[in-house]
Amino acid sequence: MNTLKYLGSTLIRMLLLLFGVSIVCFFLIISSPIDPVDAYVGSESNISQEQKDVIAEHWGLNDPPVQRYITWLKNLLHGDMGDSIAFKKPVVQVLKERFVTSLVLMITAWVISGILGFILGILSGVFSGSVMDRIIKTFCFILSSTPAFWIGLLLLIVFSVNLGWFPVGFAVPVGKAAEDVTLLDRIYHLILPAFTLSITGVSNIALHTRQKIIDVMKSEYVLFAKARGETTWQVIKRHGLRNIAIPAITLQFASFSELFGGSVLAEQVFSYPGLGNAATTAGLKSDVPLLLGVALFSVLFVFAGNFIANLLYGILNPEIREGSEK
Amino acid sequence: MKKMNRRTKTVMLVIIIAGILLIISAAGLLMNPALYEPNYAAKKLPPCAAHWFGTDYLGRDMFCRTIKGLSNSIMLGTMAAVFSAFMALFLGIVSASVGGRADKIISYFVDLVMGVPHMVLLMLISFSLGKGLKGVVIGVALTHWPNLTRVIRGEVLQVKNMQYVKASKKFGKSNFQIACHHIIPHVMPQFLVGLLLLFPHAILHEAGVTFLGFGLSVDTPAIGIILSESLKHISTGMWWLVFFPGIMLVAVVMLFDKLGDNVKLLIDPSSAQE
Repeated sequence: MNTLKYLGSTLIRMLLLLFGVSIVCFFLIISSPIDPVDAYVGSESNISQEQKDVIAEHWGLNDPPVQRYITWLKNLLHGDMGDSIAFKKPVVQVLKERFVTSLVLMITAWVISGILGFILGILSGVFSGSVMDRIIKTFCFILSSTPAFWIGLLLLIVFSVNLGWFPVGFAVPVGKAAEDVTLLDRIYHLILPAFTLSITGVSNIALHTRQKIIDVMKSEYVLFAKARGETTWQVIKRHGLRNIAIPAITLQFASFSELFGGSVLAEQVFSYPGLGNAATTAGLKSDVPLLLGVALFSVLFVFAGNFIANLLYGILNPEIREGSEK
Repeated sequence: MKKMNRRTKTVMLVIIIAGILLIISAAGLLMNPALYEPNYAAKKLPPCAAHWFGTDYLGRDMFCRTIKGLSNSIMLGTMAAVFSAFMALFLGIVSASVGGRADKIISYFVDLVMGVPHMVLLMLISFSLGKGLKGVVIGVALTHWPNLTRVIRGEVLQVKNMQYVKASKKFGKSNFQIACHHIIPHVMPQFLVGLLLLFPHAILHEAGVTFLGFGLSVDTPAIGIILSESLKHISTGMWWLVFFPGIMLVAVVMLFDKLGDNVKLLIDPSSAQE
């Protein structure tokens, strides 16, 4: 019962936040001095001012902002997010297509960074103070100071340009018909971007896991386990992993925001046609409906991650679970 | 020579790091723009004695452009970090000491800003200010406060419930006096360290958003712009256009990180005497 209550209150809080974010995004965008009509007709067109006024009137640009927001929200709830100017398609359609491409990239990177970070964290925490610990810590420190897109650029130079092992960009081979593209082609194009994106998350999860496992190794139950004659590996398996897996997974879910931000940059480096790339295009070409759509979608994505993190934390953490039965 | 103790060593390290960063920013500020102007006689040169970092396809010296770009990044980072840190200090203290509705509202805004991916938020702000340099500066300055606000709020909540603060309240000290005498001195270390540790974030985000093409015009020397230009010419194999500016950026970010950590060692009472 209390778990349900916890779920409910989390969900309501998140919906309230989502509403707030939609307002902020909307007003940030409409307060821009960039004229959406100009962006729509392009700079070379010879449309007269009267015709522009007609378009502005038709789009409701002359209405008061609050009314515009309400109209937009109404349409949004009906699943209509307007048409993208840059892609000449409904925004919903662009988001759908792009999200699938991005999702593959983000999930791959997310899993790699999670597993890699977790393993590094355990290694460095269990042998804390050793040379390996120092190497891993330094490595994490360097990673956290390095912009992932720069690593992407270096990878491109080394592996694509100099060695020619990997393609220079895009999600599928250039000049190949869509129906001929194989799964292998897609994976081949995914490797470098996914690796680049995974770099963002590694150090965070590794350092967190390291701290947790150091705490566990210092605990009395581990001392007792060692006294019983358990080997280091047994201690990690029986007492370590159980204690540190949940916070690590929670943390990993809570990192969706950085994952999305990183994907914007990684997709730019590899011209990978995902959501992040669409966001950049929308911003640079003043494609207002698409920019708003991507922004909202990214928020939804982050919220989904945070929601799952909250859920896991509430349901899997015995302290909260047991506490609710009081 | 007497062996230095840990504290002296830390002080030395702080001075050296701060010195390096100051020199870079001063060098960039005072640099003669002629040094990184196009020179068509020296196009696409790999690193050599005359051009340490090589030259690009317009013959601009990459070493000077990189230093100038780093200097710009440090300036921008300073503005952003100072602005965001003071905002966080104010909001954190108000949130924790006023409590009630103010706390709820501020926490709501913290969650709100943290709910939007940072890159997307920067793009939105840049767009709403009509792109350009202004958008990047304001965007970076306006978006780095939430984390530190949370930290400071937590700190203040902790001090507020200390015995000595309660005692001085019972003695009839006003809230303002308590804030000046107990709360602000207590959160100062957190605030200063937080301020320093904001730099790396601000610099990296600035590089990211300019890399995407928002903000600064193409011929401004900025690390993000240099890197996005090099992306356009990546298939020509001019690796030095990517490698050196990037590694310098990483170095500056790491220096700021180290500076923050060492200052923390010095002013955090629990480690100050080690």
